Amino acid sequence: MSTLDQSGTVHISDASISVELETPGMTLNIGPQHPSTHGVLRLVAQVDGERVSSLEPMIGYMHRGYEKLVEVRNYAQIITLINRIDWTAGYANEVPFVVAVERLTEIEAPDRAQYIRVILTEMTRISAHLLFLSSFPLELGASTPLMYAVRDREYVLELLESVTGGRFHPNFNRVGGVKPVAGGGSTTKKQSQDLPAGFIAATNAMVKRLRGTCVTFDGLVTGNEVFLARTKGVGIITPDHVHQYGISGPNARASGVGFDVRKHEAYLPYDKFDFAIPTETDGDCFSRYAVRLAEIRESLKIIEQAVNDLPGGPLRSKVPRILKVPAGEIYVRGENPKGEMGYYIVSEGGRIPYRVKIRTASYSNLAVLPELMNGALLPDLVAILGSLDFVLGDVDR
Amino acid sequence: MSFAVLLTVKVLAVLGLMLGGALVVIYAELKVGAHMQNRIGPYFAGGRFGWAQPFADALKFMQKEDLVPDGADDRVYKLAPYVVLMGTIGVFVVLPLSPRFVARDLDLGAFYALAISSLTTLGVLMAGWSSNNKYSLIGGLRAAAQLIAYELPLVLAVVAVAIQAGTLSISGIIEAQAAPAFSIGELNVALPYILTGQIIGFAIFVVASLAELSRIPFDMPIAESELTMGFVTEYSSIRFAMFFLAEYAGMVSMSALATAFYLGGYQLPGLSATAVEVLGPVIFISKVFLLSFLFIWLRWTLPRFREDQLQSLAWRWLIPAALLNIAITATFKVVF
Repeated sequence: MSTLDQSGTVHISDASISVELETPGMTLNIGPQHPSTHGVLRLVAQVDGERVSSLEPMIGYMHRGYEKLVEVRNYAQIITLINRIDWTAGYANEVPFVVAVERLTEIEAPDRAQYIRVILTEMTRISAHLLFLSSFPLELGASTPLMYAVRDREYVLELLESVTGGRFHPNFNRVGGVKPVAGGGSTTKKQSQDLPAGFIAATNAMVKRLRGTCVTFDGLVTGNEVFLARTKGVGIITPDHVHQYGISGPNARASGVGFDVRKHEAYLPYDKFDFAIPTETDGDCFSRYAVRLAEIRESLKIIEQAVNDLPGGPLRSKVPRILKVPAGEIYVRGENPKGEMGYYIVSEGGRIPYRVKIRTASYSNLAVLPELMNGALLPDLVAILGSLDFVLGDVDR
Repeated sequence: MSFAVLLTVKVLAVLGLMLGGALVVIYAELKVGAHMQNRIGPYFAGGRFGWAQPFADALKFMQKEDLVPDGADDRVYKLAPYVVLMGTIGVFVVLPLSPRFVARDLDLGAFYALAISSLTTLGVLMAGWSSNNKYSLIGGLRAAAQLIAYELPLVLAVVAVAIQAGTLSISGIIEAQAAPAFSIGELNVALPYILTGQIIGFAIFVVASLAELSRIPFDMPIAESELTMGFVTEYSSIRFAMFFLAEYAGMVSMSALATAFYLGGYQLPGLSATAVEVLGPVIFISKVFLLSFLFIWLRWTLPRFREDQLQSLAWRWLIPAALLNIAITATFKVVF
């Protein structure tokens, strides 16, 4: 309160000085076109200076209507389509769907095909996690890890390409097995249907090389003081969050929830391999980074074992020329690089499904974002976004 | 020589030094950064090693449309790049490349250089404020906060140098480093200040000048992944090129100041006074590029700090360390 006495002097009481100046908040529209929103995510943030007071993710810019599209396609065509849901892990998207159809039709894929599925799924996981290792430090301002990760990701993609003919969208699974190898010639010749020549040696070389990459990342990123300062204790996801929001995959395992579909449900013969499920307990951005780096190492172990005891035999069981799926419903989930991916298929019999519900990991993982924002700063927002490792195609479908 | 001719020569020399230095550092950033990342970098421009890439970039910028966003504060927006560039060029006036090769040797040279280089932040704030863009605004305000936090350790570090040298003239400080530190028999050995007590000061100066230049790990005013491009988001064409040039010229000028204050400037231990007269510029420029390389190296290695972490680093570590450094330097100066 300031009062003007008769002599014209202004008296300001102590009370008015201690009153804080009120500053209005600012609405900051981040995205849909923004360097660190991984595509077309839009975030409406209320900011008070650097502090983000509330945040609302706006999704749907990438909606392509897959669940509707699959209702007018037969099962073989759907495999091509669902490749595109999470484009960083095209191959891994196919597997739960194909397994679901196989269970409905009671066709079992031969052992060799199952092993090849494991190998390629794990390669996809490594390539997706390497993409994370490149984009996450980049969002924190370090541009060099990107180059190392992308360079070594190329070794994985080359192997994927040598088998499937595709780097991102392999479209390699068939109901009852896998496709003959790319460039393998006529499908009628039995020996031409196998993996490309020198695949096993090349894979072993890749495994060795990528173990080196993990060591490089330990040196360049994991122990970096600035990186630690930016990620430790930032964006903590509690186990409660994990259960409430249905968070899965590395994000859940970084919060101490050691759930992995690979160990709990045998959608692929993972029980034949010796590997660990890396977990961290802190639930912060650093834990999510550490879990993914450790998962690359575990995936390399799986690939090494699978390649070296690859069983012989055919690539595909006998499947009728026109595949008709009996009426029924089934839910099969798989462990994708981003988390749990599941397909709920309802069939009324016939060549096309009646309805397919697609459960994607990124959608649930992103939903927790506003919870992590209380009191976070603008740079933390970018760190948290990067550490959640979502793909907009996976969010919107 | 008449005053006018001399002035022209000096203006051209200062501009040439700034442009030449900045272009070399820009090229080094492209090339060194590329090799640190398993890339080749510019390769074709100019025919060999892509040496003409910085020129090609400049030419490209000139051809672009000079865009002023709707609702921007027109005059301030257009003036800002000049203010930034001015502040950077100003430093080059007092840099002595050799005992005689200096445009203007001010008695308060160190004071002047630090004062005028702070002008850049004013330009950055102008750019951020006038762009009519929220990202630019946040970037501009971050730059202002950074200035207040980092100008202090920078100046305090130089205060210790001034105490040790007993002068604020940059040439004077370099000459003071030519005084023998110790002698072995007949041989007098002169050492730069980094080896005679100012190692902490040098570290503070380098960290603070990284923050002053807004380079990684302190590039929060630009912070590409957070603020798209911070205060330069809306700039295009030649105005963007000015910010770009100012950043790299600033790197040269800050390296040059660090060279003068801590690395002995144009002096090299064991070199006679006549040799220094001739080789001075070469020695000085080599040291400047060595420091610039350090800045480039850091940029391609480290992630970015957070704004509050930068503030706490400045107020809790650098300023107390700088004050301690002054106390120690002053004590030694009085006692010995």
